[in-house]
Amino acid sequence: MTPLEPPSPPGAPRVETLACPNCGAPLAVRSMGRAVTIVCDHCHFILDAKDPRLRILQRFEAAIEEEVPLIPLGSRGKWRGADYEVIGFQVRAMIMDDITYNWREYLLFSPYKGFRYFTEYDGHWNDASVVTALPEVQADSARYLGKKYKQFQTCFAKTIFALGEFPWQLRVDDSVEVADYIAPPYVLSSETAGNETTWTLGEYVYGADIWKAFGLAGLPPTPVGVYENQPSGLRASASQIWFTFAGLFTAIFVIFTLNQFFSKQEQVFQDTYAFSPSSTTEPSFVTPEFELKGRTSSVEVKTDADVSNQWLYLSYALIDEDTGQAYDFGREVSYYSGVDSDGRWEEGSPHDRVVLPSIPPGRYYLRVEPESDARSGAMRYAVTVTRDVPVLGIYLVALAVLLLPALLISWRTYNFEQMRWAESDHPMKTFGGGQ
Amino acid sequence: MTQPAALCPSCGAPILFQWSSSVQTTCAHCRSILIRTDVKLERVGVVSDWPPDSSPIQIGASGVYQDRAFMVAGRIIYDYDEGSWNEWHIVLNQGASAWLSDAQCQYAVTLTFAGESLPALASVRLGDRFTWNKVAFAATAITQARYRGVEGELPFQYWDKQEATFVDLRSTGGDFATLDYSGSEPVLYLGKMVEFDALRLKNLREFEGWS
Repeated sequence: MTPLEPPSPPGAPRVETLACPNCGAPLAVRSMGRAVTIVCDHCHFILDAKDPRLRILQRFEAAIEEEVPLIPLGSRGKWRGADYEVIGFQVRAMIMDDITYNWREYLLFSPYKGFRYFTEYDGHWNDASVVTALPEVQADSARYLGKKYKQFQTCFAKTIFALGEFPWQLRVDDSVEVADYIAPPYVLSSETAGNETTWTLGEYVYGADIWKAFGLAGLPPTPVGVYENQPSGLRASASQIWFTFAGLFTAIFVIFTLNQFFSKQEQVFQDTYAFSPSSTTEPSFVTPEFELKGRTSSVEVKTDADVSNQWLYLSYALIDEDTGQAYDFGREVSYYSGVDSDGRWEEGSPHDRVVLPSIPPGRYYLRVEPESDARSGAMRYAVTVTRDVPVLGIYLVALAVLLLPALLISWRTYNFEQMRWAESDHPMKTFGGGQ
Repeated sequence: MTQPAALCPSCGAPILFQWSSSVQTTCAHCRSILIRTDVKLERVGVVSDWPPDSSPIQIGASGVYQDRAFMVAGRIIYDYDEGSWNEWHIVLNQGASAWLSDAQCQYAVTLTFAGESLPALASVRLGDRFTWNKVAFAATAITQARYRGVEGELPFQYWDKQEATFVDLRSTGGDFATLDYSGSEPVLYLGKMVEFDALRLKNLREFEGWS
């Protein structure tokens, strides 16, 4: 070890003026000695940033037209609470089914928090960082810090264009195996070269947020289609909504059962009448009074008629004797049957039942006006009034109201997931697809 | 905690020990490497030029690891194929010595861990699994490093090295381990990967134009 003259203190950043050894263009060095490779943005030669003479590592022959980064190198922005500068840009390509897909990666640097990446494909952005713990690969998924990520696709990728500086040995055309595992909005990616694997965790982010954070002019590219880890944008997932549905359904079922159980089902009136349609006497009449006791409750009016290939229409009014308040309703009882070439048939029913949902207590009577085909013979019918019966209809309505959003969200989720997984190595099975 | 001053045998500048157990330090003035033998300081070498360095940590910085405050007392700098990294020697508040490594701003804190049987370097392959202190580790990197320099106080003599091999291991829960093959016997360091913000570092180096 040879003594040296006192050096500059290690705390001072070194400002180095560097020139490209190939073309002489000035090189901007942004990552303060963390760079391993640096790409001349004039001639695109790849240089060894650790060598004071910037040894040429690779002569760059662009496989594609020069790409202009959407976020210029040197752009600074505040991202997740820290200042970052864009220091590197690369275009990467993967080939699947003879089609080349390109995506772009922006390398960001903070002198305190280090490196992170923005990746962009078809207007879809991810914010990615190297993971701290070791993911575990399982059959068709990977587990990272207790969360499961589903395998999405595996491909070979290579860098086809690069600008700026990188904290690793970057070479154009070097191929790595990339495997993506998703748990939207997150994507866990492994990159394997030789026997070394690097894992990164990306989170789906919106171009507009990057544009705002980095003060970029214009608009980010419009996303095309559904990306592998794009969140569906629905606030609740289908499973959450079904979970809620199951909870509310149980609650309704319990209330329904209790209601059924505690319903008094108290018969307050019954009588039997005869009606002759051909008769010319006034058919309408009123029943004797009956009392509805207790609280406001449902009232069931049952009609049982001995109709046979006949119809009977009854105009009912339930009238509160004290207030004169009338509840009008009409019921038709019809029953037809016979035998034809297909055998015996029947239509309708001699029994009818209707529930008035909410009738206050008090003294009531029914006004009844029967009506039928004048050619029909005489018929008999019984009218039964029962108070406090269970009401099913309102529960069915409630069920439908609950079911509707659950079905809608499931359908939208299903469609979204179909679009997402259409791009995967493991496409979803479709309804009736018979895979 | 600061110990009485001694004088640098090379240039006469006062040498202050932040940590009573320090075995080695560097003179901030002339960069001589000094070994403490009882009460006297012996000059054993000088630090060559530091590599362009960008670690935000510096000697005198302080932080918190697992609810224990620590102070940065010294460091070893290594070079490898992908650049250089710093092993910062930190002193935890009850006097224990630990290491805060900054490798491309990926931070880990480790402490020496004795009593485990350790594999010979030649037998270790990437992906190999080991269980130490009830934590299952897998080897994720085998790094040939070149000793680049030292600064400040270290818990052992470390100045005449050339090459060292390290095996880095990780667990699924964010644990981190290093096998250090720089000496005659391997040494195991166990600890955790840590987020920069979680270290709550104070008195960091300032970078012009950055806040």
